[in-house]
Amino acid sequence: MRNMDTASTKAAGPAAKSRPKAAALISGGLDSMLAAKVVLDQGVEVHGVNFFTGFCVEGHTHAIRKKDQAKDKRNNALWVAEQLGIPLHFVDVVDEYKDIVLNPKHGYGANLNPCLDCKVFMVHKALVADVLDGGFDFVITGEVVGQRPMSQRIDTMPVIARESGADDRLLRPLTAHNLSPTLPERRGWVDRAKLHGFRGRDRKPQIALAHRYGFTEHAQPAGGCCFLTDAKYAAKLQDLWNARGQRDYEFDDIMLLKVGRHLRPAPHYKLIVGREEGENNFLAGYRGRFPHLRTVSHEGPLTLVDGELTTEDALLAARIAARYSQGRAADTVTVRLNRPGAVAEELRVAPLPPMELPTAWHVGG
Amino acid sequence: MTELAPTLDARGLLCPLPVIRLQDAVRTLADGALLEVLATDPGTLHDIPAWCRVHGHSLLESHHENKDLRFRIAVRRQSQAQRSAKDAG
Ligand code: SF4
Repeated sequence: MRNMDTASTKAAGPAAKSRPKAAALISGGLDSMLAAKVVLDQGVEVHGVNFFTGFCVEGHTHAIRKKDQAKDKRNNALWVAEQLGIPLHFVDVVDEYKDIVLNPKHGYGANLNPCLDCKVFMVHKALVADVLDGGFDFVITGEVVGQRPMSQRIDTMPVIARESGADDRLLRPLTAHNLSPTLPERRGWVDRAKLHGFRGRDRKPQIALAHRYGFTEHAQPAGGCCFLTDAKYAAKLQDLWNARGQRDYEFDDIMLLKVGRHLRPAPHYKLIVGREEGENNFLAGYRGRFPHLRTVSHEGPLTLVDGELTTEDALLAARIAARYSQGRAADTVTVRLNRPGAVAEELRVAPLPPMELPTAWHVGG
Repeated sequence: MTELAPTLDARGLLCPLPVIRLQDAVRTLADGALLEVLATDPGTLHDIPAWCRVHGHSLLESHHENKDLRFRIAVRRQSQAQRSAKDAG
């Protein structure tokens, strides 16, 4: 069991300090932004904390895909911090978070999202975050009772408070009236009357509050911050575990699951085919470590191979790579296969007709 | 001639990792120290200036250098309380 009990010793309370200090979990979404604002407006010193788990939708995908680059590339958590005028501390938890994803005590939500364990972990980390001497007096989240089926239920919200070690130093300003008064309320650091009683999935109260604060431009929608809630992504992660015969992953694995078309023609290898220039560039960064295919007679994507290819596999892989190239209608396409440390081979193949590419090979649909 | 500053190489990293590495590097530096950052992710053009603004550090310059992006930052140590007081005043 993860040790969450150091929290109580770290945060001493602001008895001798002028202003209480709170850590607000900032995801980049509207709810956490509003929650921080509600407390900030009461004179509390609020610091944003944002966790980098490796599964965040923020950043990477935007950076990789050309079509996303055309959109606003901003980091939503930073944008929120700037709107609020608070500092934002990033916490890189990629390694520690593995245990949460692989062994969630409370299980998964609809996909591979371990939301309850994840919240416990984040609240604990925020409370003891090493960004201020002595940590924070309390933690703020944008949770709302009844909003999410797993972590935001009236019966699971106390679990987060208890298991994180925060106990009554966890304040949910948007839904506080549905919960017992917390330490910051009892001590008078925040006025409970100025907190809210939002409940359920209806987003109207949040939208109205955002309006009241003049937040006309919204951050990302709620629940859109993590790939583990995405059914296709979860299917790819599960496929990776099945193929390797063990539930484990490295940082590069989870990055590659965000990119390209994933095809598994056989249990011992998978092809990752770039879908556009940005993805090809990203995949190119892995050429030194993975066998890869590139069509040479025609324009085409870069295809990485996760696994080892037999001679027969190599021909099929080349036909698949050809199928996604400009030569898909040609009789033959020349494909170059590079294996790290080996001499490149050129294969002349007939592109695989779409009908011969079973949908079951598409990992994650 | 510009003063020599330590360089953080964040090339090849995708956002928000360059900002996380920058944050970690700045944590070890004193007020007034200079730091250069090299990056390749175009997202840093947005994120590094935003991070500097949020923390009160000065972004002295940012420019393209061949295929890289180079940023020059001056570390400013100012407590949140001081900043809030300034905002209020
Ligand atoms: S959606 Fe992802 S980041 Fe958010 S609580 Fe669930 S597991 Fe954690």
